[in-house]
Parts: sequence; structure tokens; C-alpha cells
Amino acid sequence: MKRDNLIILIVLAVLAILVSVKHYQTGTTTGQHYVQYRLDNKVLKLNETEYKTAVQGIKTDESLTEAQRQDLLGRLQYSPLRTVGLWIGAFLTLATFSFLYKDNPFYKIAEHAFVGVSAAYWMVVAYWTTVVPNVFGKLLPYSVKFSMVPGLDLDEIVATLGSRSWMQGLIDYEAAQGDGLTATTMQLMDVWYIFPLIMGIMLLWRLAPTGAWIARWPLAFILGTTAGIRLNGYLESDFVKQIQSTLLPLIAFERDAAGAIDYGMTFYSSMNNILLIIGVACGIVYFFFSLEHKGLVGKASRIGIWVLMITFGAGFGYTVMGRIALLVGRFEFLVQDWLHVAG
Amino acid sequence: MTELLVNLDRRWIFLLMAIAVMIPVVLRKEFPEYPSPLVQAVFDKVESLPPGARVLMPMDYDPGSEPELQPMANALTWHCATKGVKIYYLALWPVGQQMIDNTIAKVLTADFPSYQYGKDYVNLGFKPGNEGVIKVVASNLRELYTTDATGRSLSEFEMTADLTDIRSMDLILNVSAGYPGTKEWVQYAATPLGIPIAGGCTGVQAPLLYPYIPNQLFGLLGAIKGAAEYEAALKEKYPDYGTLVNDKGERVRDPKYTKGIERMGPQLIAHCLIMALIVLGNVIMWRRGGAA
Repeated sequence: MKRDNLIILIVLAVLAILVSVKHYQTGTTTGQHYVQYRLDNKVLKLNETEYKTAVQGIKTDESLTEAQRQDLLGRLQYSPLRTVGLWIGAFLTLATFSFLYKDNPFYKIAEHAFVGVSAAYWMVVAYWTTVVPNVFGKLLPYSVKFSMVPGLDLDEIVATLGSRSWMQGLIDYEAAQGDGLTATTMQLMDVWYIFPLIMGIMLLWRLAPTGAWIARWPLAFILGTTAGIRLNGYLESDFVKQIQSTLLPLIAFERDAAGAIDYGMTFYSSMNNILLIIGVACGIVYFFFSLEHKGLVGKASRIGIWVLMITFGAGFGYTVMGRIALLVGRFEFLVQDWLHVAG
Repeated sequence: MTELLVNLDRRWIFLLMAIAVMIPVVLRKEFPEYPSPLVQAVFDKVESLPPGARVLMPMDYDPGSEPELQPMANALTWHCATKGVKIYYLALWPVGQQMIDNTIAKVLTADFPSYQYGKDYVNLGFKPGNEGVIKVVASNLRELYTTDATGRSLSEFEMTADLTDIRSMDLILNVSAGYPGTKEWVQYAATPLGIPIAGGCTGVQAPLLYPYIPNQLFGLLGAIKGAAEYEAALKEKYPDYGTLVNDKGERVRDPKYTKGIERMGPQLIAHCLIMALIVLGNVIMWRRGGAA
């Protein structure tokens, strides 16, 4: 038998065993049906057999009044949509796993569906979380309140904007024109947001056949502000604070609540501090490329390599743990939610 | 034999790994967990909060990392609700909004029916802008957040009516899967404002956050192991944690609160397999006389 066929045969055999176990345990092979049984605000999921048994039990329980019976039956909600969703989820999970065997049309379906759904989701989210509140919500809050975000507090917007004497003439002019609504619109408008709107339009200009250079100006603004914000954060948090955190006593003493030395030197803390300082110093020396790594510098950089290797090892270990946790999550979905073999 | 192993189709490794993970999942094999100092620090801090304290819980992750992070989100929310603190949820990831809704439905709505929306917890929802959002909410929250996630004005709610920025928070508990996440909350909120922050993060992120411990980040729940240890700490302090009363009046296990511990079983088997494969690979290389 070819090696490829043997592997796929083993996978199919494992799945067949799981389905058999499921049938033995639950008497059904149809997968878990999402029947939600609401009791004291707790939602329990039942499979098909449990659902039918529960309904039958409620119908035949003579101790229940008709009102109680109807109440309990009302709490059992069979959800075909959730059941279909569960099966689609299982199909897409298996289709994605199938890539480990080799590239195939099922994997392509899952991949394309993921890309398409993600793009559509991002587009909708961007519209409702960026365009609506930051463009329409700032420039036309009155219209937004009555068409998209009814919870928008117009009084709070007026209070936040405060008095703007430089545009009071415009507000008065609008008010004099008619019904008062126009004046309200001007009072609520945060005119500074016109500039981001213009820059947004300029950014989209790169899609036009000519004048792509117009997009460079807002892009330059984004790059500049992002660099400024990040520089500030990194300087304070990753530079100054990190240096402060490395300035540690080589011999540490235990202190009482008032900060006074109380219990004498602690070996563990002292070793911790010494290791940390040596590790940081040697790690930095390794990146000293303007000095030849010979003699003391060479030895320090050698220790620096060891420190880096240990860091990479810890990083690899954590990454493995993370990836396996994701695999466990998917297997739990297949085994517990879909096949309902365990759990 | 050596040649067979050298030329081994890597799909056999995938299959071995699948079996190694699948068996403990089916058998639900668990092992004891004990909180490490970093996890204990987070637990002790939440434990020390008085009722009514304000906790900001940014949930910066998506379904891709849900198996790792949802257990710690559930455990942290359960602990905060048990202590009676006020929880402010927000998200810097678009799908974080759904993760918050999921956590609220699973934990607060299901097990803390007396916890009221707007009085005890609020969902501020997702805002785009990454670290820019943190910079703004650190100085003027109302500039970005005029409404909650459902579009209701923040002035309507008791716990947000006087909220102008995040400086009044007693604690930040961030659950994050990458950028933007715990690192950015440390850089732009915790360090400049001096707000105590602890994080729950994915395994990939954890080594990058260790340099901030303990001065800028007082505790860390690293990957699923961190979640399992936090669950263990909760079980030790609250014996009823992770259980519910069924319709027969019996106290039975509530799996949503012990997913961390449950998922460490497959981890152990899978890690043993990986270590065995690494050793095997090195032995083969040594027998062949050096690197291939």
C-alpha cells in the first residue's frame, strides 16, 4: 500500500472509531444538536436523543400543571441555525486540517471562505466603528442620532464642544435662516474633523488613474504621528523604565513593610539580581559589533549568546504550548461539540 | 532504521501529534496545577480589591486565540464578579467585541444574575486606532466613547456617568493575543499613569512581556498554563468554583470554568512527544556524524 493511502486510511479509521463510540454512548450519529435548555439562567446543550427524552419526559410528567409543562417546553429551544452552523464549523475545521495531508479543493474552499468573510467583516466593522462615529458622528451628529446611533447624547456633545466664539457668527446666521434645526447642526458640528475627512479622501486618491501622489501627504502625516506616539511610549516604557528596572542591588536584603532591612540577605533574590544584570550586560555586549569579540568582550558576548539562546528556547516552548492549545481547542470542538463523544 | 527515520514522511509526525492530543481530549485526562508566583500575584491583587473598585478589562483577542485566552477571561471575570467590583470592558481588536459579549453571556448573565448592566459592568465595545485609543482614553475617554457597545449614551449609566478617563481605574486586567495588547497597555497607560496592570496573554506573547515584570507588569497569566494555574488558585480559595447545581439539586462540574486545567492534559502528552522527537532527531544527527 502506498504511504499516502495508509495515512489517510488511518485518519478515516480514527474518525470511524470516534463515530462508533459516539453511537454507543448516545444512540445517535447525527452530531450534537444545539438545543438550549434554559434553567435559572443557565444554558445547557442537549443532543438529539437528550432533547427527545426531555420533551417526552415533560409531556408525560403527571406532577406538572399545564402551565408548568408549557413553561418547561418553552425553555427547550431547538435551533436549526445553530445546528447547521455547527456542521459548517466542523466541515471547515476538517477542510483546514486536510492541508496537512496535501493541498486540496476542500482546503481551498476553507481558505477562500476565511479570506472573504474576514474582508467583509472588516469592512462592516470599519464603517460602523470609524466612519459612522468619527466622520458622520462628529460632522453631522444630529443626523447620526436619528438614523444610526440613537443613543448619541447631543447635550453632552454641545457641552464638550463648549463655546466657540470664532464660529458664533456662522451659528447665528444658520439660526436666523429658519427652523432651528440648521442652527442645531452647526452647534453640534466639530469642524476640526473636516481635516481628517479631507485627508481620508486624499488617501483614497491612489485608486484613481492619475494623481496618486496626492495620497502621499496623508500617508506622511500618518507615518509622522505614529512615529511620534510610539517614540514617546517606547522611550518612557521600554528605555528609561527598563534601565531603572535593571539597576538592582547585587546583594538583596529582605525588608519589612516600612522599607527597613529586617531579615538579612536573601540568597534567592541576590542570585536573581546578579543573573539579571549579567544577562542584560552580556546580551548588550553581543550586539557590540564595533568591537572585535576577543578577550573579555569575546567571553561576555559568548555568555550573551547563551542568554539569547535560553530566551529563544523559552520563546519556542511558549509558542509550542500556544499552538497545541489551539489544536486542543479545535479537537474539543470536534469531539465534544460536534461528535459529542465526550463532555 | 536510521535511514527510515531520516526519510520519514512528516505527515506521520502530524498523525502522531493528532493522536497524542486527541486521546487526552476524549478521556478528559487532567493533572494537578499549582499557581506560580506570577499568577498568584494577579490572584492576590484581585482578591484584595474592595467591592465597588473599578477594573478595566480590555479583551484584545479573536476566535483564533480563543482556546488559549477564553479560559482566563472567564476565570478573571468570575473572580471580579465574586469580589463585587465594577468591570469596564473594551476591545482594541474588532472581534474583541464578540469575545466580550461571549464572556458576559457565559459568566455574568449565566452565573451572576444580580450583576446589572450599567451599574456593575459595562461594555464599551471596540474602537479602531490601536495604541492611539489607549492614548486618548488615558486623557479623555469621552472623546472616543460617547456611547457603549450597543449605542446607548454613557451618561445613562451609573458607573460611566462620571467617567472621564481611565485614571480612576484601580486595576487593568488585559487579555490579549498580540498587537495591540498588553505591551501597548503597559507602554501607553500603565507606565505613564501608574495604574497597576496584569495581563493574560498567548504563549507567543509571553516571553516578550517578561521584561516588564515586576515593575511595570505585576503579574502575568502566560498561555493556557497561566489560565490553568489561575483556575487552580480559584478552586483552592472557592471550593464551589467551576461547579453548578443541576436540576436534580446536585453540584456538578461546569466545564467552562475549568477549561484551562482540562487543556493542560493534552499539553503534557504533546510536549512529551515533541521532546522525544527532538531527542530522536539529535540522536539521528549524532549517529550520522553531524548536521545534515
